[in-house]
Amino acid sequence: MSAEPAGPSLLEARDLVKHYGGVEALRGASFEVRHGEVVALIGDNGAGKSTLVKCLSGAEQADSGEVLIDGRPVTLDSPTAARRHGVETVYQDLAVAPDLDPAANLFLGRELFRTGLLGRLGMLDKAEMRRRAASEFARLGVQLQNIDVPIRSLSGGQRQSVAVARSVVWASKVVFMDEPTAALGVVQRERVLDVIRRVRDSGVAVVLISHNMPEVLAVSDRVEVLRLGRRVARFRTAEATLEDLVGAMTGALHQEGAA
Amino acid sequence: MSTSTVEAPATRPERTGFGRRLVSANTFWIGLVLVGLYLGFSVLAPSAFPTLFNFQTLLIEASVLLVLSVGMTFVIITSGIDLSVGSVLVFAGVVGAKAMEALSPGHDATSAGWGVIAVGLVAALTGGAVWGLANGLLIARAKIPPLIVTLGSFGAALGVAELVTAGVDVRTVPQALRRTLGYGTSFVVVPNLVLVAVVVTVLGGWLLHTTRFGRYTYAVGSNAEAARRSGIGVTRHLVLVYLITGLLAGLGGFMSLAYYGTTTISGHSTDNLNVIAAVVLGGTSLFGGVGSMLGSVIGVFIPAVLTKGFVILGVQPFWQPVAVSAVLVAAVWFDQRRRRTQDRR
Ligand SMILES: Nc1ncnc2c1ncn2[C@@H]1O[C@H](COP(=O)(O)OP(=O)(O)OP(=O)(O)O)[C@@H](O)[C@H]1O
Ligand SMILES: [Mg+2]
Repeated sequence: MSAEPAGPSLLEARDLVKHYGGVEALRGASFEVRHGEVVALIGDNGAGKSTLVKCLSGAEQADSGEVLIDGRPVTLDSPTAARRHGVETVYQDLAVAPDLDPAANLFLGRELFRTGLLGRLGMLDKAEMRRRAASEFARLGVQLQNIDVPIRSLSGGQRQSVAVARSVVWASKVVFMDEPTAALGVVQRERVLDVIRRVRDSGVAVVLISHNMPEVLAVSDRVEVLRLGRRVARFRTAEATLEDLVGAMTGALHQEGAA
Repeated sequence: MSTSTVEAPATRPERTGFGRRLVSANTFWIGLVLVGLYLGFSVLAPSAFPTLFNFQTLLIEASVLLVLSVGMTFVIITSGIDLSVGSVLVFAGVVGAKAMEALSPGHDATSAGWGVIAVGLVAALTGGAVWGLANGLLIARAKIPPLIVTLGSFGAALGVAELVTAGVDVRTVPQALRRTLGYGTSFVVVPNLVLVAVVVTVLGGWLLHTTRFGRYTYAVGSNAEAARRSGIGVTRHLVLVYLITGLLAGLGGFMSLAYYGTTTISGHSTDNLNVIAAVVLGGTSLFGGVGSMLGSVIGVFIPAVLTKGFVILGVQPFWQPVAVSAVLVAAVWFDQRRRRTQDRR
């Protein structure tokens, strides 16, 4: 049943270890994504999913282990490094600037400058950023009544949608989404799942973290299961049942050669 | 597989009209307070208050505070604080004055020329920048809370200034400097000191509101971790913000030297509080991420107008801090309420 992915991997983590003080969040975790697939990363609360994502997006550095992109070892020592490799992330805590408006958040760290001397002096092209942001939000189905308000005053779901939009707009290889649908209503959740499929169809791989098993079964091509900081199982979604997934997460089901 | 395609409705987000944004801005209301105060005093003392001379002195007396508050606006938007500005101002003034004396025959800089004055300016700016850099490195690199770091430099900068002068004010300031920057005017009626403050404020407002540096200032104050994960060099940015504030305190020290003709060592112990009060009055939030340069300008002038008005009306000037404090506490209270109603998380 173990679903060894065939073909070249796009991003691979091998034996990552990460300590937070005395807590061992990752204990030799491995993980793999291939081109054009949606991988669900599942596991119980505290299994280390968010920590793994942070290590793979450069927000945190693993204590040991290696990361390969397109088969080559890379050092993801900063978020900028991961971004340069085409890796984007929706963090579980969203990591937005609540006092900035949606357009400013979409372009945070990638601002557009004016042309000419003013641009070289560091002046922003706010109108162009706002225009492009509005069209991206419309394309991705993000509903905003007003684009000039700080993100702080949006609803939790709207904030989450903005964070999702920010990641998929910029990603060229992989998007990590750490519980992107947690705060969403039924319609918005469908919309995000739809965005995930569209992103995959455009050739960008998606890693979806979710506690919602029907959602996982509906949208993913493969599932990797993390338990106590280690990968304990992987499945091809088409061949997996809900019982398999739950069993692997709780430790009732053991799979050879998953780690 | 994807049978459930949800069509995205084409409701484009709208922009808020200029008028509505204006009225909902804190700056608008606090600006009205300022205009109201000015008109009120003008009605109460029609012959003494709304005069050109009074207006000029009002501006002159506020110009040094204005320069300090430009830097403080950046600092507070990053959710930091700088208690050291007044002491750094004194330190920079002392360094500038001592440098000019050292280059003058008989250690008397009174008749020094422009070469010496330029050296004095560079010395003052450097003196301010060094303290700003030290603040920034301790806050951003060593991660010591800004309140503690700048409380330390508040004491240390003044202490060093007193050590250098043995506590006695330097009184030989070049006449050429005093005549021009100190009490000269340009364009017939504009005091040069005010001109410098206006240029600094306009540049500061431009930097804050239109450039990437300004946007990062808001982002860092709003959510430093999010800024870091977006690839913003948060440490470097914070160091620069405190460095700029120190540099501007240095400029303030030089301006003060030109105006008073002495280092006024003991005259700046409450500058930090006045500047912080002005910035917060102007709608900049102590929680970071929110604020404007125009607000700080208004915030500087509210205490200034109150002082002038009370003096002219013969009200005991001791009422001024009472009035300012009341307005300040009210402003912060409004800010908190606004945040609580906006924050829907
Ligand atoms: N910054 C941190 N400091 C200390 N411990 C941490 C930190 N981040 C994570 N941990 C610990 O690491 C372990 C894994 O946490 P992580 O957030 O990766 O879990 P998760 O799988 O994402 O859980 P959830 O499903 O609840 O989001 C937990 O025991 C947690 O307490
Ligand atoms: Mg998590």
